[in-house]
Amino acid sequence: MSRQSLREAHQKIQELSWEPTFATPAKKYGTDYKFSKAGKKDPLKQMLRSYFPMEEEKDNRVYGAQDGAIRGNMFRQVQERWMEWQKLFLSIIPFPEISAARAMPLLFSTVPNQELHNGQAIQMIDEVRHSTIQQNLKRLYMNNYIDPAGFNSSLRNFHNDYCGTIGRQFGEGFITGDALTAASIYLTIVAETAFTNTLFVAMPAEAAANGDVLLPTVFHSVQSDESRHISNGYATLLMALQDEDNRELLERDLRYAFWNNHAVVDAAIGTFIEYGTKDRRKDRESYAEMWRRWIYDDYYRSYLMPLEKYGLTVPHEEVEEAWNRIWNKGYVHEVAQFFATGWLVNYWRIDPMTDEDFEWFEYKYPGWYAKYGEWWENYNRLATPNGHHPIAVEAALGNIDYQYPHRCWTCMVPCLIRQDTVHDKVDGQWRTYCSETCHWTDKYAFRPNYNGRETPNMGQLSGHREWETLYHNWELSDIVVDMGIVRDDGKTLTPQPHLDLDADKMWTVDHLRGLPFPSPNVSLNEMSDEEREEHMALYKQGGPGGRHAAAAAG
Amino acid sequence: MTTLEPTPAPQQRSVPKLSFTDAEAGAKTFPGSESRFFEYYKPKGRKRTHYEDVTIDVQPDPRHYLSQGWLYSFADGQAGYPLEWTVLKAWGEDTNTPPKRYAASGGQATADKVGWPATGWHEFRDPNEEWEQTIYRYNANVVRQMTQNIDNARETKAFAQWNPSWVRFVERHASAWMHPEHGLGLYVFVDANRAAPTNMHNNAISVNGMHRIRFAQDIAMYNMTLANEIEGFDGTAHREAWYQDPVWQGVREVAEHLTAISDWAEEVFCTNIVFEPLVGELFRTQLVMHSAPGNGDYVTPTVFSAGEYDYAQRDLRYTRAMFSLLTEDKEFAEHNKSIMQGWLSTWVPRCLDAARQLQPLWSQPEAKPPRFEDSLDAVKERFAGICRDLNLQPSKELGQ
Ligand SMILES: [Fe+2]
Ligand SMILES: [Fe+2]
Repeated sequence: MSRQSLREAHQKIQELSWEPTFATPAKKYGTDYKFSKAGKKDPLKQMLRSYFPMEEEKDNRVYGAQDGAIRGNMFRQVQERWMEWQKLFLSIIPFPEISAARAMPLLFSTVPNQELHNGQAIQMIDEVRHSTIQQNLKRLYMNNYIDPAGFNSSLRNFHNDYCGTIGRQFGEGFITGDALTAASIYLTIVAETAFTNTLFVAMPAEAAANGDVLLPTVFHSVQSDESRHISNGYATLLMALQDEDNRELLERDLRYAFWNNHAVVDAAIGTFIEYGTKDRRKDRESYAEMWRRWIYDDYYRSYLMPLEKYGLTVPHEEVEEAWNRIWNKGYVHEVAQFFATGWLVNYWRIDPMTDEDFEWFEYKYPGWYAKYGEWWENYNRLATPNGHHPIAVEAALGNIDYQYPHRCWTCMVPCLIRQDTVHDKVDGQWRTYCSETCHWTDKYAFRPNYNGRETPNMGQLSGHREWETLYHNWELSDIVVDMGIVRDDGKTLTPQPHLDLDADKMWTVDHLRGLPFPSPNVSLNEMSDEEREEHMALYKQGGPGGRHAAAAAG
Repeated sequence: MTTLEPTPAPQQRSVPKLSFTDAEAGAKTFPGSESRFFEYYKPKGRKRTHYEDVTIDVQPDPRHYLSQGWLYSFADGQAGYPLEWTVLKAWGEDTNTPPKRYAASGGQATADKVGWPATGWHEFRDPNEEWEQTIYRYNANVVRQMTQNIDNARETKAFAQWNPSWVRFVERHASAWMHPEHGLGLYVFVDANRAAPTNMHNNAISVNGMHRIRFAQDIAMYNMTLANEIEGFDGTAHREAWYQDPVWQGVREVAEHLTAISDWAEEVFCTNIVFEPLVGELFRTQLVMHSAPGNGDYVTPTVFSAGEYDYAQRDLRYTRAMFSLLTEDKEFAEHNKSIMQGWLSTWVPRCLDAARQLQPLWSQPEAKPPRFEDSLDAVKERFAGICRDLNLQPSKELGQ
């Protein structure tokens, strides 16, 4: 089609909508943002006549590649270390995708601009595409990779394992609460515009380096839809900026959304990229280097900062502190160590780090070995059952210096950078937070008023946010059965702290009997005021690498 | 680690080295090595389908495995996909309430507590088995075929055969149909995809939404072509008709009221079970497609039949499956039927009223279609059949 007729065609599509006079669409979702009816043009100019064949063509390439990879015996050269983490990644990711589809109607109710609704409808079906194409990839892995355990249980275990909530915010955060906070700021302005780069560009690159060409095929195909979604979000943002009253809410939501995305996405993707890879070339970018480029330079400097010309203040402190956490405070390393500590309540296998890994970490993150090296050596030493307990239990018994962490009530990643931990009694309960911003998010942002103004549409943080609460003082052997992370022989665990598939090297339910598992938050709330303050003072002196305060001092 | 800049990567090129890992299925036998199926759900048939694998439980449910519950709530405390967002009910929803979880409660999702499915809602499967590949294959085929049909008509000067009254009819009335397709697509179906309790429901509903929006655009693009091809064809007449022409005001009124419904099941039911046969098929099949050939037009029916196929062969198909599960529910069949009867008694008169207001259109084309009353009888019969399939009583409101 010529440019002229394309313009004409797009114009024609705009004639489809009309201003209703008999009844108006039900307003099911609310926002505290104010919008005046105004013409932001649909930035997509995507017509279904070209959209469907274009996507079909992209699909054909994806499925062609899948056939080719299987015929070419791709799984003979994939790294198990990498594939194991896909059990978590591909559990998480179809959920935010489908949640993004479900989020679109929140904007219908609240943003009075029918032109934008067209683009949002196309985004909806894009997201259905993404969710199911990713489920399909997981299914392919399950069918063709050596160890299907964990892939086969992914949508049970993602919903009940000990780090599922971390990923699930990136999804639930799109669909619930103030419609603009959720479906616009959290989803499009922050998650899609900033963090999909790490998801859909960094992950594929790392997959390829680990012998998996299918993740790149699928995720690049997904990413190619993303720029349209980013335009949707930007158009909505510009509309919101037209009313000065919205600035305070925009600043609140950018602050919350950026920090939560950082906490959640960097925890998960950072771990996959740094600890899930076998590629230890010194010239391959570390997660921190990628973050600096994509999030700090491309997003913060080139996208967020220019918004200040509209009178908005963007969350400078949160961006700088996120970088500080990643670069100086070992955020990703602390998280990976936490995941590996809890290997037995996950549903994938976590490979120990080797000397080659150590060398790479030390090169990329000078000082790494002094903080984390010994712990990983212990992890390696305790990998196969040999009369000892899993590393988390050995730590609880005082045989390894690692203090099991408190969870952050807001982002549900634990308070791993111990000195930053905040504790406070909120809603009648003693809660811990990983950071000032997470504390602020729970105590001040997700509330029915904010800075003295009514925010009756703001959502709430809900649920049993500390996973450990549900299993307070249960024996580990009962926990793994309750969670369903036992293999089909009825006793071998799905998760393992190594990659050896010899049955006699694998941990079973029997190895976990008689080992109770207390919840840090329940315990905290049982303490007297004095005990609690002392406990928290010591906790904050702990680290890095989960060291107890005494050891840190000594 | 006190510097603020990461180590710059050295400049020389290197590539990751591949190694032979033999990590393919069957390379080794060990506990769990043969369990290659998604074990967390019960398939509807004997075998798990591809559709089920990519669809089920992506949207989690606290009645199943979601042990920590939803992490965010709306201001009123509702969270996730509340069953209260429709007044219809499915078995288990009152008795299998989400397990109470608390300190040391455990996850409470083992088979002896809450099994799969926890409620009748989870039994629904889209008979069209829509997922990524089916969506794009189907719709891409439709738009390709339609574009070819129209291109061919243009090249063969097919529009020149149209008599003048038919040109007026197509520019003003056949084209007006793009509006209800679009409005209902967006504000009934896309809108409802946030609300239903399972991923199976919401995916099916979202696909329905895209069918309608695509068909609306198909008509709009067709209209644009006609405006370029036919001397004097008024490409804006459809808008004026939709806003002003008395024959269309009944349809517009009922369409706008459909978008105002807030119960997701009600909006899907009333649109697909009531509006579509009584108004949609009446206009598209009985009037447009039946009149066109006599007026020298073999092109418009190919455009309209694509939309007709969407509805009759796909969208109605999943709608039937979705609602018959509820009218046959082992616990709430009577409850659901009485609510659906209530919807029928509100919406059948509204839709019949809208249908009757269209009646003058039957005398506009030069070559007349079958009589209006015959057309109406045909769609009433079609509608009654759909109701009977769902164990509902159509008769009273049809005035038969
Ligand atoms: Fe997506
Ligand atoms: Fe946090």
